[in-house]
Formats: sequence, structure tokens, C-alpha cells
Amino acid sequence: MSLQSPVGSDHQLARLLQIGIVLEEVVEARAVKHTEAGSLDEEVRALLEDASAESADHRSQLDALVDELNAETIPFDEIQSLVETQYESDDEFDGVLYDQLCNEETAYKFYDDLIEAIEHSDAEFSIDRDRLLAVLREIRAAEEAGVEEVTRLMERRE
Amino acid sequence: MNTANQYLKTIYLVQEIEDGPASTGAIAEMLDVSPASANEMVGKLEAKELCAHEKYKGVELTDEGILRARDALQNYCIIERFLYGVLDVEEFRAEAKQLEPVIDETVAERLDTIIDREPQCPDCFHAEADACALLETDAD
Repeated sequence: MSLQSPVGSDHQLARLLQIGIVLEEVVEARAVKHTEAGSLDEEVRALLEDASAESADHRSQLDALVDELNAETIPFDEIQSLVETQYESDDEFDGVLYDQLCNEETAYKFYDDLIEAIEHSDAEFSIDRDRLLAVLREIRAAEEAGVEEVTRLMERRE
Repeated sequence: MNTANQYLKTIYLVQEIEDGPASTGAIAEMLDVSPASANEMVGKLEAKELCAHEKYKGVELTDEGILRARDALQNYCIIERFLYGVLDVEEFRAEAKQLEPVIDETVAERLDTIIDREPQCPDCFHAEADACALLETDAD
């Protein structure tokens, strides 16, 4: 154990971006599971579809960043099938909106911590730092907007 | 996980290894920091009533400190198992140590939904090996 910087190399950065990819994949998997379960009204269904599309977009942006780094990673389809398998056997979901709120909050927290760690790291990556941070800040802003959207919807239904 | 939580986890593990109060030297060694840094952070944790430090005796976590240390340890176990089981990382222990400061407990909880963790976690963590004893069995 040590208190070294968590993002001191391409390899470590790639690993953290990969964790982001998995989190986005989890959002998609949970949204699909909720949608397939049926009995959702149009407003909630639209919210989940938007969230799922947004996660797919974030995942592809993160994937593109990982591709530019000098690091070995495992094929994404392996992660995808693992997440799908896990969720096929998991029927214990909280309320749909509450679950979606947790998704957005978790993603926001992850990107916020990652951005802060990169800002505090003096490591040189093989990708342009400003562009890296710009992409991550954009994704973080989308997650923040997602939290607000779900919260508004939950408040309207109270 | 923030630095304070990493210290709490370390004090918890050193207390387990030493079967009593943790010396600041051992805490500093496990965290690979200077004794002065360890002393400073122990002082901050003491001010927050998360531990008590008695000179020449060592550091002991309070009940609140133990709760936070166990949560931190559980987060660490989640990261280890996630790296090993999902991302297929060979050096999962070394990487878990590097990544733990940036993986918050809310994120760890989400990662926990796609891994198989033992119900006795974090009691299965082997303090001296600084690793989950059960995961070691799986890997070996």
C-alpha cells in the first residue's frame, strides 16, 4: 500500500477510463433490464432510452481515448458479456427512477474524482491533456444534467 | 477513497498485525510515507476523534474509526476483485493500490454489483499479506 498518484502513467489512465466504460455499460444494462420489465409509462421509458443512448455515446468517447493511449486493454465485448450475464440473473432492482438517479450520481462522482486526479498529476500522457480533460468535463456535465433531470422527474411524482 | 481513509485502513491492518496499538513507524512503512507525514495525519484523525494516539504506546482506532476503516477495506476488496474478475488484470493487487484513492465508495458499490464477493468480506482480508485471503486462493 502506498500513497502514490493514481494517474501517473498511460497504463493507469487507461485503466481508469476502462472503469468508466464499465460503469457506462452497467447503466445501459440496467436501463435495458428496466425497459424490458415493462409497465413503465412513456416519460420514464423515454428517460431510460435517453440515458442508455447517452451512456453508449460516453462509452464510445472513452473507448476512443483508451485507443490513443499506449496501454494494453482487454476487448470490450468480454466486459459487455460479463455485465449482461450478471444482470440477467439479478432481479433485485430498487425503484426505476431511484436506480437511475444512483447511476447518474455514481458516474458524476467517478468523473469528478478522475478529473481532479488528472489535474493533480504531473504525469505526461501520450494523449493531449487539455483534450482529455475537455472530453471528461463534457461527460461530467452530462452526468450532472442527468442527475438534475431525474431529480426533477422524481419531485414531480411525489 | 481519500487519504484519510487510506490511513484508517492502514491503522486497522497494523493493529491487527501487532494485536494492539499501531506504531506510527509501522503505519508509515506500510503506506511508504515518512514518519513525519504519518504523525501529521494521525494528529488530524485524532482531532476528528477517529483514533487515539498515546506517545510510546501507539495509535488505536475509535469505534467510528473502525467503522470507516472497515468500509475502506471493503472498497479496496471490491477494487481488487473487480480488476481480477472483470478486467482480467494480472497485477491486480498492485493496480488496486494505485487506483484506490480515486475510486469512491459510491463507485465501488456500483462495481460491486458485477463481481462475486464473499459474504464475510472484509473479514477475509489478510492483514500481513495485505490482500484478500480468499481471492489469493482463487488466483493460485
